[in-house]
Amino acid sequence: MTTTENPIQANVGRTRLRKEDARLVTGRTNFTDDIRLPGMVHMVVVRSPMAHAKVTNVDLTGALDMPGVVAAFSGADLADDAGGLPCAWPVTEDMVAPEHKALAIDEVAYVGDGVAVVLASTAAEAVDAAERVVVDYDPLPAVVDMKAAIADGADLAQSTLDTNVSYRWPLANGDIDAAFDGADVVVEREFVQQRLIPSAMEPRAVVAAPMGVSDELTVWSATQVPHFVRVFLAAVIGIDEQNLRVIAPDVGGGFGSKLDIYAEEILALVLAQKLGRPVKWTETRSEGFQATIHGRDQVQKISLAMDADGRFRGLKVDLLADMGAYMQLLTPGIPILGAFMYSGIYKMDAYDFSCRGVFTNKTPTDAYRGAGRPEATFAIERIVDEAAHELGVDPMELRKRNWIQHDEFPYEMIGTLTFDSGNYEAATARAIEMFDYDGRRAEQANRRDSGGTKQLGIGISTFTEMCGLAPSRVLGNLRYVAGGWEYAQVRMLFSGKVEVITGTSPHGQGHDTAWSQIAADALGVPFEDIIVRHGDTAVSHRGLDTYGSRSLVVGGAALAAACGKVVEKARRVAAHLLEADEDDVEFSDGAFRVVGSPETSMTMQEVSTATFVAHDLPDGMEPSLDSDASVDPDNFSYPHGTHLALVEVDTETGQVELLDYVSVDDVGNVVNPQIVEGQVHGGLAQGIAQALYEGAVYDQAGNLQTGSFVDYYVPGAPDFPTFRTDRTVTPATTNDLGVKGVGEAGTIASTPAIINGVIDAVRHLGVNEVLMPASPRNVWTAIQQAAASGSADSDDAQAAAAVQADDAGPDAAAADNAGQAQHAAGDTGTSTGGDA
Amino acid sequence: MTTDHLPSGDPGGTPGHAHDHGSDLPADLVESTHAVSVTVNGRLRRATVPARRLLSDFLRHDLGLTGTHVGCEHGVCGCCTVLLDGAAVRACLLLAVGVDGRAVTTIEGLAAEDGTLHPVQQAFHDEHGLQCGFCTPGFVMSACDFLADNATPTRAEIREGMSGNLCRCTGYQNITAAVETAAARLAETGQDPRARCAGNDPDSGSGAVARARMGATPNEAGTTGRGPAGQGPSSTGALDDGPGDPGSAVGEGDA
Repeated sequence: MTTTENPIQANVGRTRLRKEDARLVTGRTNFTDDIRLPGMVHMVVVRSPMAHAKVTNVDLTGALDMPGVVAAFSGADLADDAGGLPCAWPVTEDMVAPEHKALAIDEVAYVGDGVAVVLASTAAEAVDAAERVVVDYDPLPAVVDMKAAIADGADLAQSTLDTNVSYRWPLANGDIDAAFDGADVVVEREFVQQRLIPSAMEPRAVVAAPMGVSDELTVWSATQVPHFVRVFLAAVIGIDEQNLRVIAPDVGGGFGSKLDIYAEEILALVLAQKLGRPVKWTETRSEGFQATIHGRDQVQKISLAMDADGRFRGLKVDLLADMGAYMQLLTPGIPILGAFMYSGIYKMDAYDFSCRGVFTNKTPTDAYRGAGRPEATFAIERIVDEAAHELGVDPMELRKRNWIQHDEFPYEMIGTLTFDSGNYEAATARAIEMFDYDGRRAEQANRRDSGGTKQLGIGISTFTEMCGLAPSRVLGNLRYVAGGWEYAQVRMLFSGKVEVITGTSPHGQGHDTAWSQIAADALGVPFEDIIVRHGDTAVSHRGLDTYGSRSLVVGGAALAAACGKVVEKARRVAAHLLEADEDDVEFSDGAFRVVGSPETSMTMQEVSTATFVAHDLPDGMEPSLDSDASVDPDNFSYPHGTHLALVEVDTETGQVELLDYVSVDDVGNVVNPQIVEGQVHGGLAQGIAQALYEGAVYDQAGNLQTGSFVDYYVPGAPDFPTFRTDRTVTPATTNDLGVKGVGEAGTIASTPAIINGVIDAVRHLGVNEVLMPASPRNVWTAIQQAAASGSADSDDAQAAAAVQADDAGPDAAAADNAGQAQHAAGDTGTSTGGDA
Repeated sequence: MTTDHLPSGDPGGTPGHAHDHGSDLPADLVESTHAVSVTVNGRLRRATVPARRLLSDFLRHDLGLTGTHVGCEHGVCGCCTVLLDGAAVRACLLLAVGVDGRAVTTIEGLAAEDGTLHPVQQAFHDEHGLQCGFCTPGFVMSACDFLADNATPTRAEIREGMSGNLCRCTGYQNITAAVETAAARLAETGQDPRARCAGNDPDSGSGAVARARMGATPNEAGTTGRGPAGQGPSSTGALDDGPGDPGSAVGEGDA
């Protein structure tokens, strides 16, 4: 497999400005909170202020007396109206999980757990009335820290369970004992993936209405997964599936947080049925911080065994993954998605992975951009840097010694997947060239020699990921309840215009544009003559929605297949009308031509109209060109790339400045380069945010300390440099488009690149670990700890410590940082209340 | 001049299960209401609103201008940014009664009546400065104010200037490029970025982006009669394109 140029067609491979934008830049949009229906009532959820408590009484009378109130319900009132929130991924047969009702009845298990709802004519009246709901709690011990949760005699996060460990999930391949017993060098580390809050800019919202045809109920939801919502709401509430229509209108970002079935969706629908009128709920941001899923929150123990020459022999991973208080849709499976990726792009003889899912009294975790794979990539890319230091070789050199060579694909890697294609040498060579790797190493050495307080570090991440979720058989083997296929339909209209229906459900990814490009080239019709419809189960009855960088890889492939069927049907009609043999009719540039007589031709759009009127079709031919296709991939896709970061660390304050960032990604063929680059930028920002800025913090009582954008630092424009991006192209062999997916690449790759850079800048001070986010406090603390332990290369660390000894510490410096002036917070300590 | 008198509050209809509150509510539960008149997108709008009605809710619910988005309601995300007498403000931190007698411009007030996009809107499209688009109205409004203050910004100044708005999709790089592009195009025309764009294509009657080209057309008449910050309302009666009727049902594309 060699790296090739991206094939450029009339549309595919070129930047086309997005069709979506006209509405979005003018505000002519329809987000869920914009929807208002006659007779609609507003729902407010009363939430637990306690992390763990028995609910002894819920008194609604004060609320019911308030102006505008229509109704109010406790958890007990609604106990029989719906089952619990669904978990679609019971990862082991013996996994334990508490019942998770939309409203808690006897016990609350995290701050934000719903206990009652109030419905009123206006949202303001509902908020006022909710204040009058009186709930009596009998506090129980809060379990906040995962390591404490698994200790003998630990308090229980859920009193209905007899353990805090939900499951243990293993994966092993090769002789791990032999790999470690014979190793010359073993490097062992523990990494903490701090808890993150996804923070899509559009808060969640849902409108449920008893309106539609017959007995139909309609739900609008700010969701990534309308098809999942339909199936699961119907099942949980006991509605016949055909009588439930779910619409994802304009959706303002998701990043995994809208890949779920939420309590409020169940409540809104149950109450719309009960009251016989539309019910609307819109999340406040404060609620979102508490009651929309969080991401990451894992502790990773990892050991890498090597020969003296740096050849990797084996890898052991022992993972603790914080589930939070309950299982949401995919909660237990998120670390499992990472399990296959811990060996990264490297060859080795043996692998041993084990994960324990642990309950705590915190907001449930679930998929957050990358979902398991960023954690795995961080761990392997970090420990490879540590191994290089241990061996005294350049970290890039150690990677080259161990990665899969381009001529070894397809390659069955130690994590049991088969990587179909890739070219790590090419992407790395391009990144090194763009970054001036050797020049920057020389610059770093000069700074080091100068002994100054601003030290440079170079961070490397040579990553891969599994995308294009997913082969249904693989999902079935992993006990995931759904499949991973995708659907597309092409409708050829009378006038030759085209409707494309997709089962994917975009919320910023530009499917309207990219799908139009694919269909335009495949059908030979103008880009402008195509409309793409999605996100409505009545329009696209089949579909498995948008997550896991799957839409183009699986959904785009389905569209290409459906277009192919249209062309074959149209060829028969064209041959008939052109009075030629079918085998003599070829299709190119939007026209059917008779071989040897190119002037005898019909356009696709002419054939479309002729088929529609059906005046003269071949005998027995169905009068329609419309076609659909469901595509189930045989394998995942495996984007990869090499990312390089140049960071500067102030050794006195711990302040990190990201000076330069180069990413070279190989996402296979590209449909729209502008959209791809935008996805890379956004992904980089989120991965860098984990490295430098973001972290959810709980206190020991289980209170979220970072419950607003003031306290949880979502970075702004000044917090990033101009990213320098490029691509290499090694087409995927697992789908007809040769695409690999790009939604998560930047996020997966960038976090370890930044942290490797930070540590590289201060390694001479003895630092070999820093907690994320690498805030001034966390970096400064790492420098001080290294100095105190005397692990520095020289006297540098002691010198750095001495400078600070009589100083106020890093906080003053952090507050002065212009980049954090906007809502200075960020530096709120270590992750997740003492997991570290 | 067009004026509308709008009813207060949500048109919730008569609740089926409602308790009858009648007029015997305790005094502390009766909200005081106030008449406000605000020039919104060049058009005088009058309404009677509770004292606590946020400007963001007034725009979205009372006036039906749902292009202004609410992302955090605590003044950080910037999604609800509008222009108040030409200056960018967060509509979630202002009360409707606090803007009585003043002029507000929302995202619906930027494109020309013929659909021609405002140079900032056009630049966001051209540079792919948006993905999900939820934060976009706020960024566009902030950029209009920023470029009025600094017509030739550096990239670093743009990033600082946009630091009051959060975006989770783009990584800000293409937003920065969009503001830079808008600055260059505005410099060519001399248009006040805070004013509604004048149409430049007499044949264009639609807002189709592909046909709405901005750029070199001189535009001395590019303001709608409302000058820079602090001046009076437009007398051109430019239509604001919001749904307007707070009793209307689902927005476009939803039925």
